[in-house]
Amino acid sequence: MSGKYRPLWTVPVAGFGYADVFRTIRSFLSWPGSRKFLVYSARLPSGSRKSFLVFLTILSGFLIPSRLLADWKVNMTEGVTAVSRSVYDLHMTIFIICVVIGILVFGVMFYSIFMHRKSRGAKPHPFHESTIVEILWTTIPLLILVGMAIPATKTLIDIYDTDEAEIDIKITGYQWKWQYEYLGEGVSFFSNLKTTPEQIYNVRSKDPNYLLEVDEPLVLPAGKKIRFLVTAADVIHSWWVPSFAVKRDAIPGFINEAWTNVDRPGIYRGQCAELCGKDHGFMPIVVDVRSPDDYEDWLSEKKTLAARERELTSKNWTMAELMERGKNTYERVCAACHQVNGEGMPPLFPALKGSKMTVEKDQVKAHIDIVLNGKKGTAMQAFAAQLSEVDLAAVITYERNAWGNNTGDLVTPKQILEYKNTGEYKPSATGHSGGSAAVDKPTANEPNTNTHQAGL
Amino acid sequence: MTAVTDTCSNEKPSEHHDHHGPARGLMRWVLTTNHKDIGTLYLWFSFIMFLTGGAMAMVIRAELFQPGMQIVDPGFFNQMTTMHGLIMVFGAVMPAFVGLANWMIPLMIGAPDMALPRMNNWSFWILPFAAVMLISTLFMEGGGPNFGWTFYAPLSTTYGPPSTTFFIFAIHMLGISSIMGAINIIATILNLRAPGMTMMKMPLFVWTWLITAYLLIAVMPVLAGAVTMMLMDIHFGTSFFNAGGGGDPVLFQHIFWFFGHPEVYIMILPSFGIVSAILPTFARKPLFGYTSMVYATASIAFLSFIVWAHHMFTVGIPLVGELFFMYATMLIAVPTGVKVFNWVTTMFRGAMTFETPMLFSIAFVVLFTIGGFSGLMLSIAPADFQYHDTYFVVAHFHYVLVPGAIFAIFAAVYYWLPKWTGHMYDETLGKTHFWLSFIGMNLTFFPMHFIGLAGMPRRIPDYALQFADFNMIASIGGFMFGTTQLLFLFIVVKCIKGGEKAKAESWEGAEGLEWSLPSPAPYHTFTTPPDVK
Repeated sequence: MSGKYRPLWTVPVAGFGYADVFRTIRSFLSWPGSRKFLVYSARLPSGSRKSFLVFLTILSGFLIPSRLLADWKVNMTEGVTAVSRSVYDLHMTIFIICVVIGILVFGVMFYSIFMHRKSRGAKPHPFHESTIVEILWTTIPLLILVGMAIPATKTLIDIYDTDEAEIDIKITGYQWKWQYEYLGEGVSFFSNLKTTPEQIYNVRSKDPNYLLEVDEPLVLPAGKKIRFLVTAADVIHSWWVPSFAVKRDAIPGFINEAWTNVDRPGIYRGQCAELCGKDHGFMPIVVDVRSPDDYEDWLSEKKTLAARERELTSKNWTMAELMERGKNTYERVCAACHQVNGEGMPPLFPALKGSKMTVEKDQVKAHIDIVLNGKKGTAMQAFAAQLSEVDLAAVITYERNAWGNNTGDLVTPKQILEYKNTGEYKPSATGHSGGSAAVDKPTANEPNTNTHQAGL
Repeated sequence: MTAVTDTCSNEKPSEHHDHHGPARGLMRWVLTTNHKDIGTLYLWFSFIMFLTGGAMAMVIRAELFQPGMQIVDPGFFNQMTTMHGLIMVFGAVMPAFVGLANWMIPLMIGAPDMALPRMNNWSFWILPFAAVMLISTLFMEGGGPNFGWTFYAPLSTTYGPPSTTFFIFAIHMLGISSIMGAINIIATILNLRAPGMTMMKMPLFVWTWLITAYLLIAVMPVLAGAVTMMLMDIHFGTSFFNAGGGGDPVLFQHIFWFFGHPEVYIMILPSFGIVSAILPTFARKPLFGYTSMVYATASIAFLSFIVWAHHMFTVGIPLVGELFFMYATMLIAVPTGVKVFNWVTTMFRGAMTFETPMLFSIAFVVLFTIGGFSGLMLSIAPADFQYHDTYFVVAHFHYVLVPGAIFAIFAAVYYWLPKWTGHMYDETLGKTHFWLSFIGMNLTFFPMHFIGLAGMPRRIPDYALQFADFNMIASIGGFMFGTTQLLFLFIVVKCIKGGEKAKAESWEGAEGLEWSLPSPAPYHTFTTPPDVK
């Protein structure tokens, strides 16, 4: 199935979809002879009725096109790493062992069900013990298991060998996004769900990679051993990419190790695999594997961008610019809990619209503090390390002026930096006093009065 | 041994010692110390919980019918998965087994009642209050528990909703009820067997329940410890599970699964006993390998204590730990295999008929074995890295719990209903119930193997498009299975109200002391111990 989502019965595969099955049934029922046909089949002697039913079953098997089943993914992926292939082999081996044992056991059982039924005149044979048989069916499975344990142990030892990695990447799980940090390179970014709420809430049609699309994928070079250091900032998450057969729990306060070495470039997708709260289903993983050269290009470009981003902090920002950037950041980072309309989901996620902290003048410092440092014991995270000074300033400014909060307060990136360094919020000439001065009227931020209106 | 009946007769000296019936009205049920009444209460309670938890499953399947969010929001979806799990485990399956134990163990071992009748009353009456407290959290501010039935910290502590405290107390009460029930069962089996009923003559249902009761006593306090530590972390500033305060979130998982793994066997061992009673009856030949069945059950119970970390293969336990838990888990296949082989051999060369209890029991053997196979696959640690926390796991544990526990309970109810009510149930309706449940169950859970292998994580309210078709099939199967259970209610009520009179030995070929009693079983039975050959 590709393209936008279509229900099962509308999918035409090999020119024959379920709609055709339904149509066939309907046209059969409207056929005048259908009733006679059904009555006839019911009146057949029981033996022939059985074979007739068997015939119908086989026929219906042909009607369901095999292509249709081929399009439905039913098995584990073989993946694109040596580890994922050996995991796949283990999976198939144990599966086939199970199938063989199943055929034997169920074979005996169904043989008994058909042959040893009272209605066929079977007489019970009241044997009920045999030590030899019991010993046999204890030891044979045991030997099979030993045979299975050997390759499994080998693969496991391989999975645990994280030595000699060429690249170290720290992966941090947050509610509900992933952070990737290229250790020693000074490159770090967040990866958020890109699928829009319109798609999720069925307003727009869904993209092919619905729920599996992020704004910024993890980029890796092919053919290099990469070590992942996996941790979390809040609750437990689990970083899983099926094509690599890597699944590691991200546990707050602890660092887990995993590694991969991807054969070939491509886009590989995965999802968080440990329930981590409300939006657990909405924090996908996308890995963009490139050739080593392309990867180096990407990395140096990324470093340049990071340097440029740092320069933005010292720029003079207007209200309109901050509001625009703040809206963007808010919807990407904050709206999952506090909602796009700022009304939150009390009591877990408090409203920001019209709340004491976002509208009262003397709360600016407290507002900055909670955004930067979070609130202990609640879902409110510390964003000081997650967002740049520019984004922090923008989002606080946005929260103080959106949804009719209209405080006119402007918080600049420089003030955030100052706050980070000294723990003090010093209102700038264009900013607003967070202090006790009750006389402080919006005239103080006169340069922004116009833009403040425009920003709303 | 006759102390109980003596007390009863002292209260009503005017009535004859053995023949007084139950009290009238509501107080009969509130004050009863009669094992049959309490068994009935447990079974009805469990059925109500089964429908409640089932309704939540219907919400889950309705939301997952199509990709996109349609019916509930993600937060409520999480509450539904959590409450569905908790209610089915603690409200439906466990009380149903205790109800069956109450009804059947005294009848099977020739005892006049349970050993501790007043405690029996109390352990039942705790349940409705605990269940109401648990369900009421859904209506509290912030909603009910939303962290999965495994309630991993810190999602359930630092990040849990305010109602978590009520959840903790509900778990405590359910645990106390279970422990008291288990003590009562052990005391009854060890002390009240009729003369001549040696341990190795006990029906397997009694044996499996004896072992289950020991498991309960061993692990329910561990669960109580886990939730108490949560309570301390939430309200009293401790940091058991908070790395920031020197604790460890993984510690929670170790404690939880040390309870949790024996817990899943608590929900399956009594089923083994039920099926071991029913298969021989309808095959008209004795159970094959009684002794090895007892030893296999005991081995499974022992192994259940040393495999807990196979639920945690991806949390980063050291390689040696990983290997130990993988080998130990694979070992479980051996005694479980012995049981399946014994059941199949019991059927081999018998003279079988296929009444509803037999149909459910055969389905149990087949489907539980399929669940066992997927369990064996999950035990392979490297492969578990791909299976873990996907729908493959959901398929696995529903294959062992729905046919494993619930089909066995259905089988038990159909098998012993004639003894309880004095009437035969409607066989045609019973078979209809079986086939609809069988088809519905497989339609729901078989496709989950596929979507799990294809990569769909569990506990997500919305999914990528490649999982859409199988999810729709699973939902249709789920609705089918769910609505079918109303038919079961109808069949049971119909059977209570009337029907063909049941004989003392309701089934041709049924063995055991319970069939020596008239149907329905009198209010007081075995006030003088029976002769056991």
